[in-house]
Amino acid sequence: MSVLDATPGGDLQALENELLEAIGAAGDLNALEKVRIAALGKKGRISLLMKSLGTMAPEERKAFGQTVNGLKQRVSDALSARKDHLDAAELAGRLATEQVDISLAVRPGPLREGRIHPVSQVMDEINEIFADLGFSVAEGPDIESDYNNFTALNIPLEHPARQEHDTFYFNEKADGSRRVLRTHMSPVQIRTMLQEKPPLRIIAPGRVYRGDSDQTHTPMFHQVEGLVIDTETHMGHLKWVLEEFCKAIFEVDIVKMRFRASHFPFTEPSMEVDIGYTMVGNEMRIGEGDDWLEILGCGMVHPNVLRNVNLDPEIYQGFAFGVGIDRIAMLKYGMPDLRAFFAADLRWLKHYGFLPLDVPTLAGGLSR
Amino acid sequence: MKFTLSWLRDHLATEVSLDEILDKLTVIGLEVEEVVNPAARLQDFTIAKVISAKQHPDADKLRVCEVETGSGVKQVVCGAPNARVGLVGVFAAEGTYIPGTDFTLGKAKIRGVESHGMLCSERELELSDEHEGIIDLPEEAGERIGERYVDVMEFDDPVIEIAITPNRPDCLGVRGIARDLAAAGLGKLTADPVKPAKGKFDCPIPIALKFTKETTDACPAFGGLYVRGVDNTRVNGEDYRLITRRLRAIGLRPINPLVDVTNYISYDRGRPLHVYDADKLKGAIHARLGKKGEKFLALDGDAYEVDGEMCVIADDRGTLGLGGVIGGESTGCTADTRNVLIESAYFDPIRIAMTGRRIGIQSDARYRFERGIDPQSIELGLNFAAQLILRMCGGTASKIEMAGAPPELKTVIKFDTDEVKRLTGVKFKSSEIKGTLKKLGFGIDGKGEKVKVKVPGWRPDVSQPADLVEEVIRLAGVDKVPAVPMTRDSGVARAVLTEGQKRVRRSRRILASRGFVEAITWSFVPRAIATRFGGGQDALELTNPMSTEMSSMRPSLLAGLLMAAQRNHDRGFADCALFEVGQAYRGAEPDEQFIAAAGVRTGSARLEGPGRHWSGTTDDVDLFAVKADALAVLAALGQDPAKVQVTRDAPDWFHPGQSATLRLGPKIVLGHFGVFHPQILKALDISGPAAGFEMDLDAVPRPRRKARARPALDIPDLQPVRRDFAFILEQAVPAIDVVRAAQGADKALIADVTIFDLFEGESLGPGKKSLAIEVTLQPRDHTLTDEQIDRVATAVIAAVTKATGGEIRG
Repeated sequence: MSVLDATPGGDLQALENELLEAIGAAGDLNALEKVRIAALGKKGRISLLMKSLGTMAPEERKAFGQTVNGLKQRVSDALSARKDHLDAAELAGRLATEQVDISLAVRPGPLREGRIHPVSQVMDEINEIFADLGFSVAEGPDIESDYNNFTALNIPLEHPARQEHDTFYFNEKADGSRRVLRTHMSPVQIRTMLQEKPPLRIIAPGRVYRGDSDQTHTPMFHQVEGLVIDTETHMGHLKWVLEEFCKAIFEVDIVKMRFRASHFPFTEPSMEVDIGYTMVGNEMRIGEGDDWLEILGCGMVHPNVLRNVNLDPEIYQGFAFGVGIDRIAMLKYGMPDLRAFFAADLRWLKHYGFLPLDVPTLAGGLSR
Repeated sequence: MKFTLSWLRDHLATEVSLDEILDKLTVIGLEVEEVVNPAARLQDFTIAKVISAKQHPDADKLRVCEVETGSGVKQVVCGAPNARVGLVGVFAAEGTYIPGTDFTLGKAKIRGVESHGMLCSERELELSDEHEGIIDLPEEAGERIGERYVDVMEFDDPVIEIAITPNRPDCLGVRGIARDLAAAGLGKLTADPVKPAKGKFDCPIPIALKFTKETTDACPAFGGLYVRGVDNTRVNGEDYRLITRRLRAIGLRPINPLVDVTNYISYDRGRPLHVYDADKLKGAIHARLGKKGEKFLALDGDAYEVDGEMCVIADDRGTLGLGGVIGGESTGCTADTRNVLIESAYFDPIRIAMTGRRIGIQSDARYRFERGIDPQSIELGLNFAAQLILRMCGGTASKIEMAGAPPELKTVIKFDTDEVKRLTGVKFKSSEIKGTLKKLGFGIDGKGEKVKVKVPGWRPDVSQPADLVEEVIRLAGVDKVPAVPMTRDSGVARAVLTEGQKRVRRSRRILASRGFVEAITWSFVPRAIATRFGGGQDALELTNPMSTEMSSMRPSLLAGLLMAAQRNHDRGFADCALFEVGQAYRGAEPDEQFIAAAGVRTGSARLEGPGRHWSGTTDDVDLFAVKADALAVLAALGQDPAKVQVTRDAPDWFHPGQSATLRLGPKIVLGHFGVFHPQILKALDISGPAAGFEMDLDAVPRPRRKARARPALDIPDLQPVRRDFAFILEQAVPAIDVVRAAQGADKALIADVTIFDLFEGESLGPGKKSLAIEVTLQPRDHTLTDEQIDRVATAVIAAVTKATGGEIRG
């Protein structure tokens, strides 16, 4: 006998068991609806029981009514629970058919494709370091006057240093003067000293040019020069600034440095600076070890240079230094060949370049 | 500058080790470049003597020699033309490593004859390039058979090479280096062994200076000393062996005693000299300026023509040589020379440098004179040379004959020893400072802190107090200077970059974040290419470029980027997005040089990523890909792209129909973008589609200083209403006209107009297109009624049809 057959009267407990069992057995919403109708529909078995209440004596009706209502409630709850269950199962079934291949590759997107050239990145790093030391950044043109590039810097026409620079020249102008491609960033120092009054604290990064080409020389490369002019800055300050710079750029606590006397026409006294390094396998460890690597030239600004920009060398003094940016990049990031910097080979640029959002900051660390 | 350790020790009495000397040299500014001990690689070579030499049975040019060595007589097959009985040479036994040929000698059979070892040439021992024959030692070395070659020849003498900066001509002589080391506390400068020559007679050759008043400084002084009756073939004496050993060690080939003496003194004192075979001179010897067309045969075997600005040495017959640069062949000293005239002169450094450059001769004399030698060393040079010649070659010396007078030493510096503290930050005792300067040969006049310092003739680089400070701190060691922190100026931190630098930085990052890879290309391009991009002017041509490919300053960054893209294409990477930010040139004046930001996209290198992908294949690059880049740069620099005019007048390296210029008003050109002209691509040999843009960062107006606070936020309460319209237009009508007309229809209500569809098809009729726009109305006070919306719609249609001649699509 099925629960779907209405049998008024009979054993209520048996009826309940029978209905709950049928609810549990309903495999889909259709089957469940049939059970609902058989139980609670117009002619459903519980509905019929409810109707039969009207024919009962009040005493009997009260007790039976309570029993039947309880039964109705439990069956309703079971129906609703079963419906939720069947709904969920149906959704799960549908979702199971909506699978996609999660292993398919996405496009990396421009933020992962784009690159900043190592020279630009290192320039940003250098700017960051010197900004913190209170320097501002100055600039000037690549095509310079012979005067700004040489004469003002205490390199007169016949000075042997002019030959050493392998200068690129432009044709003579009508007035006999000649433009050159700047051989160093020092002309920017001259421009700055002529335009602004001390105290000065500047760096000037940019492109410079010398006729030279091999693994570590290219006819175009990048330099940053620094200049401090006031009334009391001395060599001790120069050493401190360079030590701070080397520590910051190479991100080490201690950098072994060696200051050697040297000669530049535009500084007096002049020095070249080596940093200690050691090779561990193919990796160059900067700052320690017994080998020396020349990284920059510096000195106290030559009195003749100060005079050339109308500063009295008995009142004003200061220092200047120059560093090869490409060279710093090569050392810091392990790039062997300078010529590759300017070959624009995508493979090289992608490998050694930096992501657009990797902006060097002191707060976030210069390099990641 | 090269010298040997023993040579240095002649001038410097010191107990310190080689390493200490090397470290000190480097620190005081005489940077050690290389130290080589030739003995190190020659330990295994010994003295041997050929006792018989027979013709090889099977080879014309070979001889079979019996050689007496330290370990008995050995049979050695030898191909040297000078292998002969009695030759004392250098023997390498089997198993010896031969440095010059980089191989280890094994047991050998040469054309059937066994050879046990080898007699070596100088090249095989890396002593020189000499390979004409085997080493032929003086006879007396034959008494030391079996001993080490390096011991017999006293080769155990490290050769030191240092870099000399142009300001230190004094260190182009060993004695100058010794003086520096002594002043740096490494020992004592030895007493100078040179004594005035005791001239027995007057110099028989007259010496004259023939200059005008204006040119007299070309050669203000010329000294001569005559030695009569020399024997220039005496090559076996102890003195000569020392000199030639040292000259060889530093890479100079001994020639004959008279010439070698001048070379030796040049390196010992930085004092160039010249020797003439006096019997070949005719009449008086004199210095004068050359005459155009005069020629002479120089000691290097080449003929040179002089001009009227070069200082020559001549006799009555004509020009003999270039004073201070190179001597002449016709009066050179040979083995036959019996009477010699020694020249010791002073030449103007600038004229020497000019002459040397013009004529293309690098000589030890030029190198020293152009850096400036000690004008007071004329007599010293003559005396020293006479002393050595008399000792080695015999003869009798004349008195010194001097024409003119060397420039006086006038440099006296008023020096306050506190200046050292001012510039270095370190306080030295006044006595310490003066002591150092004295050791360097400076004369000190006065007591206490304020003194007068007289500069010696060998230090032309020193002329003012800062130079003296350098001497003091250099010799004390810059390591003595403690690092002193610099204080930061007080005040609020300001931007340290200029507006221009900030633009460079922002442009780089915005372009990289649009998938571009940053390249740095040469600032110079081939002239033909510069010309195609509007450059190639004479003013931007290098006189002395590295190559013709690098001769013109670039007028545009696009040329370099396109060439770079093609190189990548050739390597198999056809889809390139490359950008550069850097200087470009309209002219050579500072205001004609500008900072440009340019990018090139080739193949399908669009923003979303190039090439085929399962989610959809990327189209080839086009005008709009680079228009987006150009506007992104402007936006990043704070320029509202909506305010920029896009005009159809891009330069002719772009496709005339698919390119544009970006402007602000008629005067300001911000940049260009577009697809490249097919002819440009052809000229640069570029394959495939390519589009690009270039912005002049300096042309973008500087933002007006704005308040940091933003204007109040205005959020309408009412929802916006959107209506679509489609118009049929002539194809030539720019879309922007439709948008502008629609925007103007009701400025209060219309918040935005965008184009959402463009259709061109035959169904519209020839030369027509359909453009669909979405107009957004933003009500402010009250919800719009249908009538109000219809009124705006009518106004939009009227405005567009009026402005464009189009009609609403039904």
